[in-house]
Amino acid sequence: MTTLTEQLPAPAPAAGSARPVRRRRLVPYWLLLPGILWLLVFFAAPLVYQASTSVQTGSLEDGFRVTWHFATYWDALNQYYPQFLRSVGYAAIATVLCLGLGYPLAYLIAFRAGRWRHLLMILVIAPFFTSFLIRTLAWKTILSDGGPVVRTMDRLHILGLTDALGVTEGHRLLATPLAVVCGLTYNFLPFMILPLYTSLERIDGRLHEAASDLYARPLTIFRKVTLPLSMPGVVAGTLLTFIPAAGDYINAELLGSPDQKMIGNVIQSQFLRVLDYPTAAALSFILMAAILAMVTVYIRRSGTEELV
Amino acid sequence: MTATAPSTGVRLSGISKRYGTFTAVHPLDLSVPAGSFFALLGASGCGKTTTLRMIAGLENPSTGTVELDGTDVTALPPHKRPVNTVFQSYALFPHLDVYENIAFGLRRRGLKSVRKQVEDMLELVQLGDLARRKPQQLSGGQQQRVAVARALINHPQVLLLDEPLGALDLKLRRQMQLELKRIQTEVGITFIHVTHDQEEAMAMADTVAVMNDGRIEQLGAPADLYEQPRTTFVANFLGTSNLITAEVLDASGDELALRAADTKLTLPAKRCTGTARVGEKLLIGIRPEKITLTPAEDAGTVPEGRNRVTGRITESSFTGVSTQYLIDSPVAPGLAVYQQNIERDSRLAPGAEVVLHWNPGHGFGLDAAQRIEAGTDVDLGEGPS
Amino acid sequence: MRLFTWVRRHLVVFAGLLTLGYLLLPNVIVTVFSFNKPNGRFNYQWQRFSTDAWTHPCDVADLCGSLSLSLRIAVWATLGATVLGTLIAFALARYRFSGRSSAGTLIFLPMAMPEVVMAASLATLFLNMGVSFGFWTILIAHITFCLSFVVTAVKARVMSMDPRLEQAAQDLYATPAQTFWRITLPIAAPGIAAGALLSFALSFDDFVITNFNAGSTVTFPMFVWGAAQRGTPVQINVIGTAMFAVAVLCVLAGQLVGRRQKNRRRS
Repeated sequence: MTTLTEQLPAPAPAAGSARPVRRRRLVPYWLLLPGILWLLVFFAAPLVYQASTSVQTGSLEDGFRVTWHFATYWDALNQYYPQFLRSVGYAAIATVLCLGLGYPLAYLIAFRAGRWRHLLMILVIAPFFTSFLIRTLAWKTILSDGGPVVRTMDRLHILGLTDALGVTEGHRLLATPLAVVCGLTYNFLPFMILPLYTSLERIDGRLHEAASDLYARPLTIFRKVTLPLSMPGVVAGTLLTFIPAAGDYINAELLGSPDQKMIGNVIQSQFLRVLDYPTAAALSFILMAAILAMVTVYIRRSGTEELV
Repeated sequence: MTATAPSTGVRLSGISKRYGTFTAVHPLDLSVPAGSFFALLGASGCGKTTTLRMIAGLENPSTGTVELDGTDVTALPPHKRPVNTVFQSYALFPHLDVYENIAFGLRRRGLKSVRKQVEDMLELVQLGDLARRKPQQLSGGQQQRVAVARALINHPQVLLLDEPLGALDLKLRRQMQLELKRIQTEVGITFIHVTHDQEEAMAMADTVAVMNDGRIEQLGAPADLYEQPRTTFVANFLGTSNLITAEVLDASGDELALRAADTKLTLPAKRCTGTARVGEKLLIGIRPEKITLTPAEDAGTVPEGRNRVTGRITESSFTGVSTQYLIDSPVAPGLAVYQQNIERDSRLAPGAEVVLHWNPGHGFGLDAAQRIEAGTDVDLGEGPS
Repeated sequence: MRLFTWVRRHLVVFAGLLTLGYLLLPNVIVTVFSFNKPNGRFNYQWQRFSTDAWTHPCDVADLCGSLSLSLRIAVWATLGATVLGTLIAFALARYRFSGRSSAGTLIFLPMAMPEVVMAASLATLFLNMGVSFGFWTILIAHITFCLSFVVTAVKARVMSMDPRLEQAAQDLYATPAQTFWRITLPIAAPGIAAGALLSFALSFDDFVITNFNAGSTVTFPMFVWGAAQRGTPVQINVIGTAMFAVAVLCVLAGQLVGRRQKNRRRS
């Protein structure tokens, strides 16, 4: 008969298991090495360089040297705080608009599209295949003075109203805040729709039936079941829209006037035209810090830290 | 038995597995005779799957050795062991069709012409016409057969089955049990089967080892385990047992004389684990189907020499083959009794006073120093154990 | 009244389709205006129908050169980012090791940062190093920002893979190398393909990071940007429309082939 030993024999590690284990322990590091090295050299090191640049003084002719000139930050903030505020404001409005516009479409594709689901998905992604610059230029045509959009809005006296609100000017759409926000919303809308769709699609359709079986009305079902379950998508979509929108300078450049310049425009022109590297670096750092701070607070408050 | 066994298929010596401070498997010795159908039975988390994985080589034992057919294979990686596994939920390769899944092992060992063998194997598991399907296009039962075929085609010395029927519905499970048993008899390979389903283990295996908490509680033929469990865990986990606490009055003869709540009971001494001493307690176990119910007014018709206990029916439920009663008795609350539905007595209804009686030789005695409800409250969840 | 309930029932459908229209409207404009014959340098006002641009797509100086440069950069950036990213993804998905979470943060950060910040900092590095801007600086920049996206795509796929599949392969006599080539890689392939496709699209369409790191080299988005200042040739719209059409046709063809295969298997 087989016997059962209750007492613990002296622990004798199974033969031949020690060496492969140690070798296996190094495997992840070998896999990581090239990619992480790449990121350290071309992503982390540049940030350090930029940090040092931001406290340098000098001129293009004499060269720049680190002088721990922190006043650059203060001067940059002082001079460009309107563009900072504008960036955050435009990005926030565009994000809210993306959520408002994107949610119905994501919902439609996830729950109501039936066999059209694939086609609709393709139509959402398809615009990506045309360069976004070309598509943004198309908005110039759509919003152009005397174009059908402007004429219709004028006839319905909407333009008068928006002029009064200060989001448009002189009965035109181009070169106004409205055009810039419209362009931002358009450009980042797919980044809102895709995560929303992913999280909505995971929701079991039977939950809706269960909720309506338990006497919930359609609107209540949405509020109590669908919306809470789609929160991961809402949070991801908001971040994916807000972060790039806050740093964007293409829409303000192509669809706005100098009065709609955002912080991205300032960084771009300081770096590429004025060649004032310390100011550009300081502005970059302020933008990065502001966004990281806002994102951290947002993630904490929405309680989905596992997202990151 | 170990010394006389013709040849040993698998021998585990002092094998154990620890993860940090948690001991999944306590050191255990086990030998499985070649060609037998062996079942490791236990609740989820009892260490049965870990034991199986150590035989397969998918887990390194913390201590001890694994021998296959007399050869120590403890240091060999899984792909060098003559052992194959049917995984829980099958782990069929989703990107390969049925044919390529089955041919996988042969190809890895460098065989060039696999066609004949694969076709024979498809025949054996009755999947000939589905050879070019992808696994996700098969039903659960078909996937299960592919998993068995994929392992068996390699003619392993031992086939390991990890809850192979867990994902199937009840009816299909019974059918596949018979089929697996047929295949095992046909190919004569040693099968080691891990399951949490006690009926499945008893129906299929020659030998069953009941595992609990990383240890083997008892090992033997299914009928022996059922008729004479040695611990309360086995008594409760394998079927249902009524356990009555009793005091030993006389332990001198072949029959023990016992008393439970002023009721005198007897038990053959040889059906008792350990030695009974006068004045000490022990547990009398009796299976529900071994008890006969007689209405109290007919108490005189109960033959002499049977253990008798009085009680009152609290619940009865009709299940077709039998009727199951719950009876409150002075010796123990909630005694279970199953009566075959041959001639149904309408007086046996909730509230009725009854006499429960059984042949003393059908009872079994257990050490009273164990948890009486061990094995009744275990998690039979189908997660990895 | 019945009309009212019907409208309310399908409100979400109308709202969704309206959004879809908003998304697609610029593509319609781009297509229509590829057949325009504008007066002057800018193609913003409709004048009259013409197929000139379609028959002479490369007539504009630098346009087709910039397009081929963008394609070359996209191919190499995809290759580099996919190889590096896949290795990282396997390490993160498959192993527990110390430093794992810091590696994860380093990979997440490039995605959590406005492009302009990354672009400016990388350009600062190149300036400080005295590297001359051009093909190589663009390529390096593109690999850097595509890398994180590849890691995310591949990691998700590898994480969702049943570890028992690899154990089953080893159980069936596959050596660790065979297990990787025959099981792990084929199953991870869709994730790797998705990451590569995303890299290609991101690299090909990137403007911001290229703008900072290109020097005087002109990629296709750079060309469009310059054109927006100097005058937009109709050929830009031709290329935009053609790319859109080719991509949609490829996707639809892929779907049709997939559906037909499924049908054939079922019958």
